[in-house]
Amino acid sequence: MLKRLVPHPLLTLLIVVVWILLNGVSWGSALLGLVLGVAIPRFTSAYWPDRPRIRSPLMIVEYAAIVLWDIVVANFQVAYLILFRRGDTLRSRFVTVPLDLKTPEAITALAGTITMTPGTVSADLSGDGRALLVHCLETHDPEATVAAIKSRYETRLQRIFET
Amino acid sequence: MIATASMVSLIAIGAAMLLNLYRLLVGPDTPTRVLALDTLTINAIALVVLAGIFYDTTIYFEAALLFAMVGFLTTVAYCKYMLRGNVME
Amino acid sequence: MIGEIVITALIYLAAFFLFVGSLGLAKLPSLMQRLHGPTKATTLGIGSLLIASMLYFLLERGSLSIHELLITTFLFLTAPVTALMVANAHILRDTRDRKKLPPTGSAIGWAVIDGPPAEPSEQD
Repeated sequence: MLKRLVPHPLLTLLIVVVWILLNGVSWGSALLGLVLGVAIPRFTSAYWPDRPRIRSPLMIVEYAAIVLWDIVVANFQVAYLILFRRGDTLRSRFVTVPLDLKTPEAITALAGTITMTPGTVSADLSGDGRALLVHCLETHDPEATVAAIKSRYETRLQRIFET
Repeated sequence: MIATASMVSLIAIGAAMLLNLYRLLVGPDTPTRVLALDTLTINAIALVVLAGIFYDTTIYFEAALLFAMVGFLTTVAYCKYMLRGNVME
Repeated sequence: MIGEIVITALIYLAAFFLFVGSLGLAKLPSLMQRLHGPTKATTLGIGSLLIASMLYFLLERGSLSIHELLITTFLFLTAPVTALMVANAHILRDTRDRKKLPPTGSAIGWAVIDGPPAEPSEQD
């Protein structure tokens, strides 16, 4: 019964919180947010057949801290490359990152992380979802870049979303 | 001190928007122009937020939020058009 | 006083990164390289500018405004999607760059070019 009424509890919570932040803290906005938070997941649940499963929520905090730190470092690296290097002397190339992750949520998180961090942009996924196409702005050693992505982000995501 | 910083930053962001405009006009292919438009939107958001600090008012944040949403949707629609040939599927 | 210095530093940092991001877009020679400028530099630029704005209204006016947090979150979530879609469009349209792509490591190719493998259970 409860599962039919609230198919995605986390989504409901998110909608309520965002609605309150948008419209100011008051009972009226909380109530309207709750109505929307119940109605929207209810009417869109046909498109979301199963819930994403999160094994260890505490790991997300550690992961977010690492990614935020990497974003700051990445910005300074990319700024240096843009300001002090001529564009045609950069060794830019595509590399393939083979994936061990299986769930779509984990792969989405990994692709987003890769785009935000040091000199890499994720460009495409292979048809079967087993490899990610990544473009590096400057790399001496493609294998080392791939290994760094796998050890730094993928293993942590694997512990968060899968086991 | 903050007013001076806002003034200098307004000039810097204006220069950044001129660079985006240059890429938008020159850009050899369509994806480059879409990317230039997207960056122009992000710079416009920065300009709106900075104007909020400069004039000491919070009423501009709704405008910034709308810019962020509409800018994202426009970029996605353009890319969808380039990928599929039509926007709706 | 210290708050004022921090806010000023954050505003200058934001302006620097926004300018560098746009400079990268204008300066670098190929589209995939140009993509690196805006996706990174602008996110930290916008991020630090919005933190500066939050601190300003908190310290100078004494009122907490949360809209900045929403804008930051929204931009951080949408920036990778934008970059991915522009890269997809580039790979699909640029036949010279398409030949330079590395292999996927399995029999099935990249999704933009070859499309996802046909699933018999799902009707499209």
